[in-house]
Amino acid sequence: MKHRAVTTQQDYYRGIRMVPYDLVKELAIALGVIGVLGLVLAAVFSSPDEAPVTIASWSQTDPVDFVTTATGELAGTTKSAGYGQPYNDTAGADQAWGPISPQAWFGTSIPVDSAKDFVIEPLRRAAFGNAGLTAAVNTWETASADQQGSWTDAYTKALADAKVGSGNTVSVVDGDYGPLPVMMSSLLGMGQSGALDGLLQISGRFYQTDYTPALLFIGDGGYLDGLAANWNLHGDQWGMMNETGQYPGQTWLWLYTMWYQVFPFNSDSGFLGLNAGNADLGVIILMSLLTVGLALVPLIPVLRDVPRWVPIHRLIWRDYYAPKKAMP
Amino acid sequence: MDAVRPGAQAEPEPRSWTLRTRQLIDRLLPMDHLLPDRQPYYVGSWVYVFGVITIAALVWVIVSGVVLAFMGPQWWHISNVGRFFNGLHFWSVQMFFIFMVLHLWGQYFAAGWRDGRVATWMIGVVIFGVSILTAFTGYLSQQNFDSQFIAINAKDAMNGAGIGAFFNVLNFGQMYGLHVMLLPIGVTFLVAAHIVLVRMRGVVKPIGAEGCVRS
Repeated sequence: MKHRAVTTQQDYYRGIRMVPYDLVKELAIALGVIGVLGLVLAAVFSSPDEAPVTIASWSQTDPVDFVTTATGELAGTTKSAGYGQPYNDTAGADQAWGPISPQAWFGTSIPVDSAKDFVIEPLRRAAFGNAGLTAAVNTWETASADQQGSWTDAYTKALADAKVGSGNTVSVVDGDYGPLPVMMSSLLGMGQSGALDGLLQISGRFYQTDYTPALLFIGDGGYLDGLAANWNLHGDQWGMMNETGQYPGQTWLWLYTMWYQVFPFNSDSGFLGLNAGNADLGVIILMSLLTVGLALVPLIPVLRDVPRWVPIHRLIWRDYYAPKKAMP
Repeated sequence: MDAVRPGAQAEPEPRSWTLRTRQLIDRLLPMDHLLPDRQPYYVGSWVYVFGVITIAALVWVIVSGVVLAFMGPQWWHISNVGRFFNGLHFWSVQMFFIFMVLHLWGQYFAAGWRDGRVATWMIGVVIFGVSILTAFTGYLSQQNFDSQFIAINAKDAMNGAGIGAFFNVLNFGQMYGLHVMLLPIGVTFLVAAHIVLVRMRGVVKPIGAEGCVRS
């Protein structure tokens, strides 16, 4: 019983020739080599650091997209407005595979009201001492849903042919847009001045580290998406494993990213209820199963036998499998 | 000094938890197994080096990460020294994954789980998974364009799987906290457990070696 592990290893290696081996020296050399490699790579190639998109840079560079997105938030037509859980309870928006819909199971844990959070509340704060803007917001909020829909429809159509004027303002042909031109002009000004970057982060607390509202708003627009396409970051460009510049990115996500490129996850019709519409759920389930399968490889027939059939182990233990020399 | 009377019974072993713990450690992992100076002669392949290099890369990831964490998440964007340490962190992570994957494939084709080493393999797979999660939160913590776009797109995968309700990739504070504290502790603990299991059992014999028992 005494020193059972010693006995076990001694038994296990009985009859096998043991040779000197310096593990600590090996680790020290590895630390040195990897350290030098890392220092050289860092000095020569550095690391990617493209500046983030701000509300200010977005509204200054592409004011029409900014105003169109903000109008879409009021109309409820943006991605975040009709996202579903965990932001809101839009009917039919949650991903599901048959009865499996974990997106719906946990409810609205991060409530987001796109129109109120991204447009109305910031305008309310900016309207302090501004009678015109206060009246415009009041008009919007007291209007019927039908009236609001009529204004946003007309304004959205007009924005398709919008012109960017001097001072980076957005102008559209005359029409019945209700208070929208006043509201959007103010919001654009706040965006371009940088004020909206701060207003979207107001949470009632001084310190703030949660960028959910600002990122959802930016994500609803087309500006960031266009920049990402130029960097080959889109999902259909294997985006999850890419990054800006000529850097390797998260190459270890290649398998996860690959499923989005193949049937049924890239298909509208799909197979067995899995399709592009619920691809996120389907791919996560598949990758979870594959990860469990990888952990259980030692217990899975065929998979655990492949190493015996494929003679790579003969390369790994070349000395062991080498023909034994005849005794003199 | 008391003399032991003939026929008297020996004193019972003290019921000390400390003593028992020490005896258990001595039995399971004596020092000459933790740091052996001799190995079977077939432990001369490059495949055995991949694991050690992975540990070396992890050490550099942690060292550079500690510097970055100490100076704060903004530092490397505005300081050349900070940018250099971020580069060291970045490339150490890349090397960590490259050699971890080589180690994984090497152990697969060596069927390294044989002779009672299934738990070692399984912990290795968990390390791989937790490392991916750690790197993912690192990309989300960069505070640059990459982290913005990854967050905006990854939220759909997380939300679609229901994970987004408690793992909000748009919440920088949550991702940063996970990246610099909880997940690295998890990886380090798991790597330590992995190494302890490897040293307890010793390296596996070649496939087909006499006395080899299928796990």
